[in-house]
Amino acid sequence: MAMSKEWRRENPDGSVSIRSTCWSPPGDHPVGCGMWLTVKDGKLIDVEGDEEHTITQGRLCLRALNLPEIVHSDKRIVYPMKRDPKDRGKDKWERISWDEAFDLVCGKVNEMKEKYGAESILVFGGTGREACIYYYPLGFSTLQTPNVCYGQSGWSCYGPRCSITDYILGAGYPEIDYAGYFEDRFDNPEFELPKYVVCWGKNPLPSNPDGLFGHAIIDMMKLGTKVIMIDPRVTWLGACEGNVNLLIKPGTDAAIGLGLANVIIEEDLYDHDFVENWCFGFDEFAERCKEYPPEKVEEMTWAPAEQIRKVARLMAQKPVSIAWGLAVDQNPNGTQVGHITIALQAITGNIDIPGGLTLGPPSSLLGKWRMETRKDLAPELWDKRLGSTEYPALSNAMATTHPDFTLDTLETDKPYKIHMIWFNSSNLLAPTCSAAPTRWHDAFLRTDFNVVQDLVMTPTAMAAADVFLPLPTVAEHDGIVITHYGRNTVFLGAMNEALRVGETKSDVEICIEFGKRLNNAGPDGTSTWNIFEGDTRDKFVNSFFTNQLQPELGFDFDKLKEIGLYQPGYDYRKYEKGMLRFDGEPGFNTVTGLIELYSTLFEAWGEDPLPYFEEPRWSQVSHPELAEKYPYMMTSGAREYNTFHSEHRMFPTNRFFRQYPDIEIHPDTAAKYGIEEGDWVEVENPFGKARQKAHLTIVVDPRVVHCRHGWWYPEQDGEEPNLFGVWKSNVNTMIPHFDIGQLGFGAGFKSTFCSIKKVDDLDGLVPKKSLDIIKERDELEAQEGVKIDWTRSDLHRDHRVI
Amino acid sequence: MAYEGYALLFDYKYCSNCHTCEVACKNHLNVDIAKTPGIVVKEVGPYQLEEGNPDAWEWKNFPIPTKLCDLCASRLDAGKKPSCVHHCLAKCIEYGPVEDMAKRALELGRAVSIIIP
Repeated sequence: MAMSKEWRRENPDGSVSIRSTCWSPPGDHPVGCGMWLTVKDGKLIDVEGDEEHTITQGRLCLRALNLPEIVHSDKRIVYPMKRDPKDRGKDKWERISWDEAFDLVCGKVNEMKEKYGAESILVFGGTGREACIYYYPLGFSTLQTPNVCYGQSGWSCYGPRCSITDYILGAGYPEIDYAGYFEDRFDNPEFELPKYVVCWGKNPLPSNPDGLFGHAIIDMMKLGTKVIMIDPRVTWLGACEGNVNLLIKPGTDAAIGLGLANVIIEEDLYDHDFVENWCFGFDEFAERCKEYPPEKVEEMTWAPAEQIRKVARLMAQKPVSIAWGLAVDQNPNGTQVGHITIALQAITGNIDIPGGLTLGPPSSLLGKWRMETRKDLAPELWDKRLGSTEYPALSNAMATTHPDFTLDTLETDKPYKIHMIWFNSSNLLAPTCSAAPTRWHDAFLRTDFNVVQDLVMTPTAMAAADVFLPLPTVAEHDGIVITHYGRNTVFLGAMNEALRVGETKSDVEICIEFGKRLNNAGPDGTSTWNIFEGDTRDKFVNSFFTNQLQPELGFDFDKLKEIGLYQPGYDYRKYEKGMLRFDGEPGFNTVTGLIELYSTLFEAWGEDPLPYFEEPRWSQVSHPELAEKYPYMMTSGAREYNTFHSEHRMFPTNRFFRQYPDIEIHPDTAAKYGIEEGDWVEVENPFGKARQKAHLTIVVDPRVVHCRHGWWYPEQDGEEPNLFGVWKSNVNTMIPHFDIGQLGFGAGFKSTFCSIKKVDDLDGLVPKKSLDIIKERDELEAQEGVKIDWTRSDLHRDHRVI
Repeated sequence: MAYEGYALLFDYKYCSNCHTCEVACKNHLNVDIAKTPGIVVKEVGPYQLEEGNPDAWEWKNFPIPTKLCDLCASRLDAGKKPSCVHHCLAKCIEYGPVEDMAKRALELGRAVSIIIP
């Protein structure tokens, strides 16, 4: 192995250095950057990048470099706390011991189960953090509820892409090939450098999505790779010499994809051999693509027809890979965007080839235990999962509830009442995730008992928690980093505890320690959590990871610490070798055994089996009667280096790089309103509004504004109603609830119309209550005095509980 | 100073403005990043060089060491690289005797700067 065996070094000055790989908290994705953490006298005094790490090679982002400030920040909560439920929203917290916390919480869990059934407990998990692999077993096994929720409307993050991949491609998560699997990286003889990497609705440099170390793209650019950016904004990466930009109207990605496929097929640039042998439904697919000639697509997307042709010809080469981004998910039309993206890689023969799109195997690495914890639920309990019957396309691939359905349940107590919520690393009022966050806020206050696990006091915890269980940072606990959460494991890294501040417990420690105390046995009489040896975390956590690693990889947790980084290698063209199907036959793990350009499952679920374009639900085109009032398209969610979504805002060095959220406005547009750089601007649409500071820039089209997401002000009054100013700059108030795609995926977070106006300051915003999407129709008609052509809301009427 | 005649080389066409050098430097010098930074990245652009051409831009980021930069002498003494060089996400910073850096700059082509702090 490439790394030295020693992972703990004693230094001459009495300090100790521990090798680790970075995940969270505070957040990032499982990128696993290698680092050495140096501790002296109980203090983290230094973070240094680990040069032996073959992917990051000593490099670190500023969030990792700032860990000493974060670990010892006085903003952290480092002891368990409780608060009387009648004092929710007030800063009346009381420090308690872990014994009291265990007794209090276990007592409530048992009480809820006895009185109302385990399904009355709801677990929320946040985005990206390590909790993503623990909040499922926390729900299914520790608490034994079927209701585990990722609260973003339409599950609009990663889940849709994974589900679409399951149905269309029959494989684990598709990722660009950056030779991460190989210790010798780009020198590996099997690897081939991609000619182009297409970043589609994704800016991997700041976002490092789901485990991809974004700057690996820069490494490849130095070797000759070029980048194509498909995005509504000009990005630095797209502006680099030789890179290519397809600048589009927000939310029109499906039309762009169909236009690109149109050119590739019409100009006969597609891979006939691959299409004939490995694709299903090409003729129907080609017929559909005929409906999207570049000139027509230009009208839909604002992208020049000639640029569409240019990009299509570049993408028809080999090897070319597409890094598909969050913009696929955050779109009611996103299922079709995902479908056409996979189709483009398939018809150009770029699937599972060196330098193309890599595929994970059909079952997740180390995912077995996460699946197996479901055995602790009785089948009848599993069937009570909220929204699972109504949205089979979601519930077949995802183990969670349907998020929009869940808010309806919290508000209406139908089909049953939720009495307790456990938030694991989710601050969804801020919000990174939720649409219509004011409704979630009110809904959280309807429960009897709420628990929050987090690093700092958040608006969500201040508003709704009765018990606060503090988490250790990434520097303070043992764990593993598994890229793409095991769905395409480029590598596995050991995360090692260097120190521990206060009395905190990590996600896995919480699962085990509560699991042991609740002593849950599943229907088969066994309990998942009592099998791990030892009473102290150095023993039972080690035992836990050894139990996961040994059967699949043949080594234990101590060995992983010694290896530091496990890179599994990669088998290209697995579909030829029978490595993608459980039956060992060649092909893909889909219904037809082929990549489904025509989806048999979408058809079975009542959706169009072929990709199509749907105009953004709330745009000047879909609502011409409101076009004058809301003349701009708002996109949101671009990522930055200093923060991870709503996190890091309380740490001075992170905050230094952005004091306030900025709304990006084209200078010509700003001039119409007398808006100058740094002015406060109120952005509004029928559903909500927010205030952000103007940044005048040509990276956005004059018809588009871009807003920052996840903003709150930890320096402000935390009590209700201010809640750290969480409603002041909150762009997700402008996203309607339950306005999603037909299969249950995708909400229009990145593509909704809006108005802008100059205001005096951050304060003084009168919040709008985001209404129910069905009530909104009547409300809007009354307000605007126009008849609104409503096309989609009735789709959800059938199952809605109201 | 011991490293007289040494320079930092920035292959700034690859500088993504990730701020890593600024925080790495702050950690080394133990300074207030807002008031007394040891290195600052300045953004130039974006400018669209031809109207209507979506692929013709100038948008560069320039890392500029301040007079506080000591080339991480204590790290160099310990056999390490300067902290900004070590941690730069784009791996676009190098260091060494200025003559070597000049040769290296010629190899790297356009958009390279050499700074003797």
